[in-house]
Amino acid sequence: MHYPANVIPIRVNCSGRVDAGMVLKALEKGADGVLIGGCHPGDCHYVNGNYKTRRRVTLLRRALCEVGVDPRRVRLEWISASEGARFAHTIEAFTDEIRTLGRSPVAALTGGGDE
Amino acid sequence: MPETRIGVFVCHCGLNIARTVDTHAVVEALREVPGVIVVDDYDYMCSDPGQQMVADAIRELRLTGVVVAACSPAMHEPTFRRAAEEAGLNPYLVEMANIREHCSWVHDDRDAATAKAIRITKTMVEKVRGDQPLHALQIDHVDRCLVIGGGVAGMQAALDVAESGFEVILVEREPSLGGHMAQLSETFPTLDCSQCILTPKMVEVSRHPNIRVLTYSEIREVSGYVGNYTVKIQVNPTYVDPDKCNLCGDCEKACPESVPSEFERGLTERKAIYIPFQQAIPSSYTLDENACLGLRPLRCSECAKVCEPGAIDFDMHPEILEEDVAAIIVATGYEQLPLTSLPEYGGGEVPDVIDGLQFERLLSASGPTGGEIRRPSDGRIAKKVVFVQCAGSRDPENHNSWCSKICCMYTAKHALLYRHAVPDGEAVVFYIDVRSGGKGYEEFIQRAVEDEHILYLRGKVAKLHRDGDKVVVWGVDTLSNQRIEVAADLVVLAVSLEAHPSTEAVTKALKISCGGEGFLKEAHPKLRPVESLTAGVFVAGAGQGPKDIPEAVAQGSGAAAKAMALLAKDKLSHPPEVVSIDESICGGCGVCVGMCPYGALSLNGSGVAECNEVLCEGCGTCVATCPTGAAQLKNLSDGQLNEMIEVALAGS
Repeated sequence: MHYPANVIPIRVNCSGRVDAGMVLKALEKGADGVLIGGCHPGDCHYVNGNYKTRRRVTLLRRALCEVGVDPRRVRLEWISASEGARFAHTIEAFTDEIRTLGRSPVAALTGGGDE
Repeated sequence: MPETRIGVFVCHCGLNIARTVDTHAVVEALREVPGVIVVDDYDYMCSDPGQQMVADAIRELRLTGVVVAACSPAMHEPTFRRAAEEAGLNPYLVEMANIREHCSWVHDDRDAATAKAIRITKTMVEKVRGDQPLHALQIDHVDRCLVIGGGVAGMQAALDVAESGFEVILVEREPSLGGHMAQLSETFPTLDCSQCILTPKMVEVSRHPNIRVLTYSEIREVSGYVGNYTVKIQVNPTYVDPDKCNLCGDCEKACPESVPSEFERGLTERKAIYIPFQQAIPSSYTLDENACLGLRPLRCSECAKVCEPGAIDFDMHPEILEEDVAAIIVATGYEQLPLTSLPEYGGGEVPDVIDGLQFERLLSASGPTGGEIRRPSDGRIAKKVVFVQCAGSRDPENHNSWCSKICCMYTAKHALLYRHAVPDGEAVVFYIDVRSGGKGYEEFIQRAVEDEHILYLRGKVAKLHRDGDKVVVWGVDTLSNQRIEVAADLVVLAVSLEAHPSTEAVTKALKISCGGEGFLKEAHPKLRPVESLTAGVFVAGAGQGPKDIPEAVAQGSGAAAKAMALLAKDKLSHPPEVVSIDESICGGCGVCVGMCPYGALSLNGSGVAECNEVLCEGCGTCVATCPTGAAQLKNLSDGQLNEMIEVALAGS
């Protein structure tokens, strides 16, 4: 199972821990895309954290539209801990999509990150 | 401000990491990081010398934090945390940077993988920089265990836990203990009478002073956490007092209503008031209110009229019991793929095409035909029986992808027992492979093939259809390259095994998962086969995957051992990575209170939020919700995450 090496993982216990500020910080510091992985709806290891994530990401993507950042740069994907192949496939697909979107306008502005 | 003195240890993991990641480059890069005062590498950090390296560095260099760049924390975080603790460093100041599962195992490009491994390790150094020493909470627990499922695995688990002195509640959804093993005629490879070896266990369970058996019962709700689960159990009314019922059977004779018998797999009928089998435990009849003409209002009552001991009580009602348990063992068992799912094999519509458990009932001396192999359609003795293996198994395109493990063995057993019952009968087995891995299994197969003159044809059966009073089976013999057509009196399908349909409701209540195929998910397929990913919940038996009786029993004992390890502890350790509230900046908005799935948060007397650490599972949903940042997760604060994100993305 292999996938592109351009993704850095940050481990949190639950996708519910992820808030908009964190995603924006990542975009500010140079990420061209941010992928949030959580348990499938109904299967949240912590009961229902993923439902909150879903709402937060929906609002965030709308806000990103307003400020001229393509919302496709932030992706929420339901991947369970046992779905290694699905994870790899998601990374590949997301990488391809980000490549077509090009360098993030935020990163270009803040000068954060590299390549 | 205490000085930051972080040690970084890079593991080669033999070649697992070193083949793809230049570990020396990682070492050099980490030496540049402020606050890192020692960086070292080793072949196998998890080995004794590896752990010693960490311990020595902690002592000699007075480290305030450790990062081990190696495999997943799911593998060895406890290992290094224990080693650090023994060397005098708080274990929560030890982090693992996953440069194996997240890096060397999934990338090919050595340069890219090395650069990423450096980023990952630097990110975890940032986390450790912000970590605080934490202490696990010690909590009390009740001395009771719950077992869900009264088949052979569940009963074994219950007996083992009970024998060690702890209380057990055993919940079984059917009116009797025994599960599917009670329906079998003989068991392979010894040909022991199944009920003869099972019923002593059933009796032992029912008599054990430490086991409380609740049959005809279901799990309704589960709340709490390991050591202190609260379970709501619904005990359904049997309408018969088991202390008064003497099994005379007069009620059954008087009852006017019949439905297909579940125990006899639909081959015959049972009355609305019935006992599933004579050796049922509890030893009592049960009135099935769904089959009965009506209880509210009472429409019949013929059974009560003839019941001499007056055991029938139409006023019984469902009871909800609430019990506290420390650990839960799930042994919900299997069910066969229904014939209706196999249209190529008749879809359940072709008479004289039956499945494995139905054939067991035909074989059984106490079954609907008294052990005679009679066709369900006309009752004639079957003189030619075709056994079709892998019906619905090993077939990802149409049905289930997995192998159901026991069918090769039970088909051989079926064919052998058939030949004993009908010495002038012919038995044909269509197989793909013959899987006989257990003790004495291969010898049993050879006996079936050589001594019993059973014809084994290697080829999959494409389809079958009715022709007159026969069932025509179209198969193939790949070893002689011939199409085979057999006109059979009876066809027995070794259908695929699946998790019992009741599994889903149980797993939802317990918040454990099933794998993609529907079986109970174990924590690790090799190393933790009887634990779920939820602390305090264990799994055993065919519900976890198709298996034979010795394996189910072994897993029952294994799960019991895990539960006993928990029960035997004085106090249980609750992880301390929980939420802390900074009262000085909490605005008392209370939004976090409703967000918490565990009810761990509340607004206290001073109007600010308060976290009950014992209930907190550390998900961090409240932290993401909190508008002021007052709610933070210990050792995973917003501040730490911001630093980690910055370092993860910084110019390489």
